[in-house]
Amino acid sequence: MLLLLQYTLIFASVLMLVALGGCFAERSGVINIGLEGIMVIGALGGALVLKYMPASAGAPVVVISTILVSALFGLLFSLLLAVAAIRFRADQTITGTAMNMLATAAATVAVKAINTAASGGNDVSSDISYTQTKDLLLVRLGNFEFNWFMLVAFVLLVVSYVLLYKTRFGLRLRACGEHPQAADSVGINVHKMRYAGVLISGLLGGLGGIVYITAGVSLWKFENGVAGFGFLALAVMIFGAWHPLKIALASLLFGFLRALGNVYSGFDFLLAMNIPSVVYNMLPYIISLVVLAFTSKKSRAPKAEGIPYDKGSR
Amino acid sequence: MSNSEYAIEMVNITKRFPGIIANDNVTLQLRRGEIHALLGENGAGKSTLMSVLFGLYQAEEGFIRKDGEVVTINNPNDANALGIGMVHQHFKLVECFSVLDNIILGVEDTKNGFLQRDKAREKVMALSQKYGLQVNPDALVEDISVGMQQRTEILKMLYRDNEILIFDEPTAVLTPQEIEELLQIMRNLAAEGKSILFITHKLNEITAVADRCSVLRKGKYIGTVDVKDCTKADLSRMMVGRDVEFAVQKQESHPGDVILEVKNLTVASKLSKKHAVDDVSFTVRAGEIVCIAGIDGNGQTELVYGISGLESPVSGSISLHGKDITHAPIRKRSTMGMSHIPEDRHKHGLVLDYTLEDNLVLQRYFEPEFTKGGFLRRKNIRTYAERLIDAYDVRSSQGPVTVARSMSGGNQQKAIIAREIDKDPQLLIAVQPTRGLDVGAIEFVHKQIVAQRDAGKAVLLVSLELDEVMTVSDRILVMYEGRIVGQLDPKKTTVEELGLYMAGARKEG
Amino acid sequence: MKEKKSLLRNDGFQTLLSSLACILGGLIVGYIVLLIIEPKGAFEAIVAVMKSFLRYPGKLKMKYFGQCLVRTAPLLMCSLSVLFAYKVGMFNIGAAGQYCAGACAALYGALAWNLPWYACIVLAIAAGALLGAIAGALKTACNVNVVISGIMLNWITLYLTNLILGQVKSPSSPYTKSLQGTNPGALIPSLGLGKLFNNEKSVTIAIPLALLMAVVVWVVLNKTKFGYELKATGNNYNAARYCGMKENRNVILTMVIAGGLAAMGAAMLYLTGIEDWETTISSVPGMGFNGIAVAFLGGLSPLGSILSAFFIQYITAGGGNVDLQVYCSQISSLISSLIIYLCAFVAFFKFFLQDSIRKRDEKKLAQSQKGGEG
Repeated sequence: MLLLLQYTLIFASVLMLVALGGCFAERSGVINIGLEGIMVIGALGGALVLKYMPASAGAPVVVISTILVSALFGLLFSLLLAVAAIRFRADQTITGTAMNMLATAAATVAVKAINTAASGGNDVSSDISYTQTKDLLLVRLGNFEFNWFMLVAFVLLVVSYVLLYKTRFGLRLRACGEHPQAADSVGINVHKMRYAGVLISGLLGGLGGIVYITAGVSLWKFENGVAGFGFLALAVMIFGAWHPLKIALASLLFGFLRALGNVYSGFDFLLAMNIPSVVYNMLPYIISLVVLAFTSKKSRAPKAEGIPYDKGSR
Repeated sequence: MSNSEYAIEMVNITKRFPGIIANDNVTLQLRRGEIHALLGENGAGKSTLMSVLFGLYQAEEGFIRKDGEVVTINNPNDANALGIGMVHQHFKLVECFSVLDNIILGVEDTKNGFLQRDKAREKVMALSQKYGLQVNPDALVEDISVGMQQRTEILKMLYRDNEILIFDEPTAVLTPQEIEELLQIMRNLAAEGKSILFITHKLNEITAVADRCSVLRKGKYIGTVDVKDCTKADLSRMMVGRDVEFAVQKQESHPGDVILEVKNLTVASKLSKKHAVDDVSFTVRAGEIVCIAGIDGNGQTELVYGISGLESPVSGSISLHGKDITHAPIRKRSTMGMSHIPEDRHKHGLVLDYTLEDNLVLQRYFEPEFTKGGFLRRKNIRTYAERLIDAYDVRSSQGPVTVARSMSGGNQQKAIIAREIDKDPQLLIAVQPTRGLDVGAIEFVHKQIVAQRDAGKAVLLVSLELDEVMTVSDRILVMYEGRIVGQLDPKKTTVEELGLYMAGARKEG
Repeated sequence: MKEKKSLLRNDGFQTLLSSLACILGGLIVGYIVLLIIEPKGAFEAIVAVMKSFLRYPGKLKMKYFGQCLVRTAPLLMCSLSVLFAYKVGMFNIGAAGQYCAGACAALYGALAWNLPWYACIVLAIAAGALLGAIAGALKTACNVNVVISGIMLNWITLYLTNLILGQVKSPSSPYTKSLQGTNPGALIPSLGLGKLFNNEKSVTIAIPLALLMAVVVWVVLNKTKFGYELKATGNNYNAARYCGMKENRNVILTMVIAGGLAAMGAAMLYLTGIEDWETTISSVPGMGFNGIAVAFLGGLSPLGSILSAFFIQYITAGGGNVDLQVYCSQISSLISSLIIYLCAFVAFFKFFLQDSIRKRDEKKLAQSQKGGEG
């Protein structure tokens, strides 16, 4: 039971971070299908820190530098979307799709290159393991493994809410996603705000990536990307109506569904039902599809999302 | 304060776009504290001139002076800094924001990074009191009336302490009462020392409120006059460049059989719980033009949606030539002889990325003449398109293969009219067929509609323009809040009487 | 000079030019990545990728050429699926899942029910069409964005496919049983085509069939009443409704066809026996996503897709040629994903090209007018 709670919380943290990232991008008017790819790159950055930093550096240093590096990786990778979608008015769906493919390919190439070089050609896998440093991320409270990332996610949730609804920046960002012409007419630089939105999404998405790959395992195969978690976060964002607090609730629900897949074998009655494990893997996607079917009629999506802003067409 | 007589001057402004000169050596001088009308037809260059003033475009020649000093305005921020504010024709309001958030957007006060909404609310309320601009600062824009949205736009300018206020076609979306209120607000503002530029093509409003009026025609500056020294005829002559024949030439109508019969029709509303069309009954006969008059948003759009099948009615019945079509599919109605010139030519009327010829067969592509065995007969389509283009004088750069998007609004409308009339309908529904067209094109459209009537067709015209209603129709039905509140004979009624019905101030039992 | 100008104005030529620019960009970045990994062999590596099967001698060359074509066919089908939906205004990211569904139905039909090859293809098409219909119906009935539902369906289908094909997997490996051993009748016939490619057995009539489908898609979109209706629906949903087209039916039908195309592609690969399905894979096969790349690289034209599908497959096959002791074969996925990324800029590139042509014209016009006045 405690294990279920633990997994629910950690997966909810991932979904929340990434969905909040999507929320910032879309609130500014840019659809970010590339979150999946951003997660992969962020995860890569964090995993490299965990791999190369000695465990003796101490927990605070390891945790903080992992966070910073994965956020930075995500942010840099999201520039690909920002530049294409904002400066060059490219189709955001194609760009995002390309980024997802690019991220997995690039991460695989990078990790394989590193492994190949380090082993003189003996190890050509795309795995990174971080068994020792991973423990530094955890604090054991009895049987419950508290993960520092849970705290980070919670803090960022509060920060996101305040930023979006209580500050000048948030007001302007949201205006750009709803009615960029209006924002422009009162002197707001729409392009700048959209860059900010996309880069924040990169930062949060990258962070979500490292949280995801350290959630249960201590070795990650980068060929597999992040197995659709970025897409699930998009569903969480839509289900959460682009609002941080609702996103938090939606993440808990989907985190729970995902956690079931990890720990269902610990529950006798679930085991007794003899459901194949893939069903648990499918469950979050099926539920999200059903939820979307019921909630999409009255979408509260930012009105201008996906439409490149062209100063000429005011 | 400088000693210049003028708050703002635009001197010898020339602005070119590929292929046209939008403003050709235009001069506009706005005195301090006056209401100055800028008059011109659609496409005369009013919007371009204002965009130059607001920093959205840069003029190639000429300069702008504020209080006698030459200034450069490169973007809306510069305009704001000079105290120039603008109420755009299409409001620039974020719909899911509160009125207050919309007003402060771009000039927010913050303390430690947090928005200071309470302070802003006080200032807004003070301004609202001072100028009689009633708003609810915490309501969402999407929930408030168009009139309140406009007041929000005005408060936006006042909140920024703007001294020069531009109103771009502000009355197009308002009811007569709201128009009266707005004109009063403009007078108040001028009395408080604000200088106002009022862009319009409605002569009544100019004579009601403006001190002076500058006229543009086809990008050229025609002149500036004192309004009190002019008649409306003078102004319209300056605007159009010739005497305008307001009356449409037409013979007495000879109504025949009932073609369209609408009985107790009720259509739901997308916006509110109240029905948009509420228990409406009327008929249209062959050889007459029945006009649905009314202020925008009183159910005309939904009435036409109901009749044309775009929306299915809640209750009631519609019959065409005696046959019930209440639940008939759109295609069936079309083949039974209903033509429909839609209100919004971009939303419904055209597939903008299709060529002109493909758009011209949009209602007929499935007929054997144009399709055989599932394949399009391109040759026949081309021949047909060329005939229509010729007959209706549809102008475009590449003829039948021009992409519709690249055509001018007037020619797009002509293409739709050609398509709908050439179908040889029994019933022609025309919704605001002259919207956004210049005087020449308007005359063309009116002639076509009258010709259809004379050929024995039933015509249902929906119009917001009083002049059009009075001159073109044979019978007027006035719609107010989803109901038909009056039936008038254009030969016996006056614009004033019609206005009373439209405002809901008078009703027939 | 004049001829060159008119060529530059040609829309097809502009598309070709932009596609070539994308390819060049992808290759350059790919080369830079190779340089970063190990500068010494980088040049040979990129050449190896670009030479693909051409680097093999004589008979072997034909064999690998044949295999490359075998994999080109499903890729082409996926790109047809993507571009067909795109012309009707939808981004069919679900092609990847529809492809999965096709593989699932075709292999299950072949291995569990011993169906002949043509029945397996039909079964696959039906499965993909069903998936497309779900996405289309969710769009028209519930307003669910096709991209989002497509992504969800991709994952659901992947897990479902693993579950179903787990019933017919070989006992000793995670792969499905081989068709050759279980049901040779499910192998698409070669009709002697294989002989042309050094007796490569996987070369079958699937290849000409895919080419035929490209032509059919082109004809349907450009020459028929049906295509006229579909494109009108995609360009302006409201106008389609206004003139009495059955707009919702058109949307669903489009997704059904798109789904069928992608799924047929899967059948065209798995029923050749060149590959078996791995029932433990944890990510959706890239074929559908690569279809997006191919569609855009081919300028969203069915005929352009034929060329671009072959090119992408050619490069992918070339990825295996690099020295695996130093580099890895994913370098070609990297290159092809870069190419899609760059494809997103094509619209801007063409806009830029047209804009500069227009500006030049205006300058000339202005000059000639001035000359006339003076």
